[in-house]
Amino acid sequence: MQQRVRVGGVSPELVLHVASAAFGALALVWLMYQRLLPISGTIGFWLSWYFVFLILLAAVSATSLDRMAVIDRLVGALVTSAGVVMIACLVGIVVFTVVRGIDALTHWNFYTQTTAYIGPEAPLDQGGILAAIVGTLEQVAISVLLSVPLGIATAVYLSEVRGKLAKIVRTVVEAMSAVPTIVAGLFIYSMLILQFGQERSGLAASMALSISMIPVVVTTAEVVLRLVPNGLREASLALGTTQWQTVRRVVLPTARSGLVTAVLLGVARVIGETSPVLLVAGSTAEMNADPTHGPQVSLPLFVFNQMRLPLDQAISRAFGAAVVLLVLVVVAFALARIAGGKAPGQMSRRQQRRIAITAGLAPAPNAINVRSLEGDIS
Amino acid sequence: MTATMAAPVAPRSPDVDSRGRRVLATRPTASDRTFVVAARSAAVSTLVVMGLIGLFLLIGAWPALHQQGWSFFTERQWLPEAGTFGVASLLWGTLLVGLFALVVAVPIGFGAALFISEYAPRSIKGSLITLVDLMAAVPSIIYAMWALFFLQAHLLTVAQWISVHFGGWLPFLRVNTPDSPSSYTSSAFIAGIAVGVVVMPTVTSIMREVFSQAPIGEREGAIALGATRWGMIKTVVLPFGRAGIVGGIMLGLGRALGETIVVYAVISPMFEFTTHPLQSGTNTIASHIASRYSESSGVALSGLLGAGLVLFLFTLVINTLAGIVVSRSRSGSATEI
Repeated sequence: MQQRVRVGGVSPELVLHVASAAFGALALVWLMYQRLLPISGTIGFWLSWYFVFLILLAAVSATSLDRMAVIDRLVGALVTSAGVVMIACLVGIVVFTVVRGIDALTHWNFYTQTTAYIGPEAPLDQGGILAAIVGTLEQVAISVLLSVPLGIATAVYLSEVRGKLAKIVRTVVEAMSAVPTIVAGLFIYSMLILQFGQERSGLAASMALSISMIPVVVTTAEVVLRLVPNGLREASLALGTTQWQTVRRVVLPTARSGLVTAVLLGVARVIGETSPVLLVAGSTAEMNADPTHGPQVSLPLFVFNQMRLPLDQAISRAFGAAVVLLVLVVVAFALARIAGGKAPGQMSRRQQRRIAITAGLAPAPNAINVRSLEGDIS
Repeated sequence: MTATMAAPVAPRSPDVDSRGRRVLATRPTASDRTFVVAARSAAVSTLVVMGLIGLFLLIGAWPALHQQGWSFFTERQWLPEAGTFGVASLLWGTLLVGLFALVVAVPIGFGAALFISEYAPRSIKGSLITLVDLMAAVPSIIYAMWALFFLQAHLLTVAQWISVHFGGWLPFLRVNTPDSPSSYTSSAFIAGIAVGVVVMPTVTSIMREVFSQAPIGEREGAIALGATRWGMIKTVVLPFGRAGIVGGIMLGLGRALGETIVVYAVISPMFEFTTHPLQSGTNTIASHIASRYSESSGVALSGLLGAGLVLFLFTLVINTLAGIVVSRSRSGSATEI
């Protein structure tokens, strides 16, 4: 891990210094902990190890380096460990969730049944999260339907129409992305349920989720639209098209993959939102495939309800459902990366080949050198 | 101007103005007008949604605000049946948890941002950025379970150690029964650290973005003058990214103040000012709303909406300030787009 501190290769001296400081610190702290001091504890041990390591690293480095270089090395060690801590947190959370959830996940009924007619103390070979999966998929689909047209149209307004309102809209969208999700839930609760007298339902949850989703879609889509080269717009307008034709035939198709990314990032953001759903979706264990009537359970809500029960089975179910939720988030996220990995207008190999064939440049699909074409574009 | 360039003799056409010059004006077609109107109304409707949030929270909160008056902001207890309730202790707890979160998230986020933008080899940089974004996308309910079933158990000894060793000098670190580990559970300290882990990726990604925009010419200049890598960072990257650091901290604070589920899972609610953060019991606005919404009705529910309104305005102010700070730092560097 310490090699990463330097880009320009790793000198043997650096490896030696880091390794000797690490081992020295380990030995010293072990001695203090086991033999001298009457204290114990894993976290305390590694914290002390880290501090002793930094001191020893400075001391060892000072044997061959000047003051500036020693400081540089210390800062490098600190910064690298911050990065490592961060990644370790993520890995730790994922591994912990998977390990605790594996019991529930290995039961097939976990995916095909609901917890409607079983008690919370029922063993893991009964009951499952089918209702929650259905609820989550429906709620997310509805919030996509609600927020994506609005979000992309707003992004088009910000980047293509650029009216007088653009600055205000951008500020407000930024403020909207900061609205705590529980406040979004309270808003839907106050409007739909208190003022308009509707019942709690999956639809209300979807509306609360789209409050969180709209700003994600708008900001991501706006960035993507701004990356569309101006030359393309000008070329299109110079051909005599109207603005709408330019947007529809040139700008949006060019940015298509980025727009897909915007939608998927929005999905990844709201699929695990608990607090708004908690307020407006109501609570049920039964299967409810109708989002417009009656309470509807969803994955985050299921996790939340189960983790509060003081029973091992319920907590296992909560972790199992959390793993499913995590998988959904990662899938949405990975798809977003795959779609958004390309710059606007950059075509896949197949698209390039098709264009080359229709243009008569390539007699056979394999004859064109795709690599060189890619190099030209990027 | 010569006589040969006098007024044209050609018959007036609609394209020519009174002085004979051709009028160049675009007349938007019907489809263009529709397009502009549609895009504008979409933009306006996002404004309207934001306005509606404030409006409906205010409508819902009005009975409580009307009944309590200013004491809504100064009352610590939450006893709607007795007619006295207020957000004072909730606000204090929210701020306290937010501050603990920043104590965790800012140093680690700052270091990780520097690591990703300055130290990490190019081959792993992209995947590190993806991992940070993924960490930001992990649902908070998963953080909540991790905090409740894993982090809390490991932090108890740390809290105990801090309390026993520093409580002598700093009275606010003391707890009632220092020997029992259970007096350290469900505290503002543990909730704050858990929330800190939640907001860490937000802080990291904002700071990283600003650091990576530091101009390459100045970086190379510093290196060419013989600066070490840290010397270059100190003289080029950090001054350039100062606004991004402040903005990242504030946006992280905004996120931390609104975090609901993690806090709700960890803390045990209490309606006093949290003066001993290591000791069990504290409260935040968001967690209070989540815990009371189902059993509240009438003026109590209205009070919850009022608490939500306070949280809404609070985060709005912080995030608007942060947005101004961050956008100011970006203004010069985004010119090439």
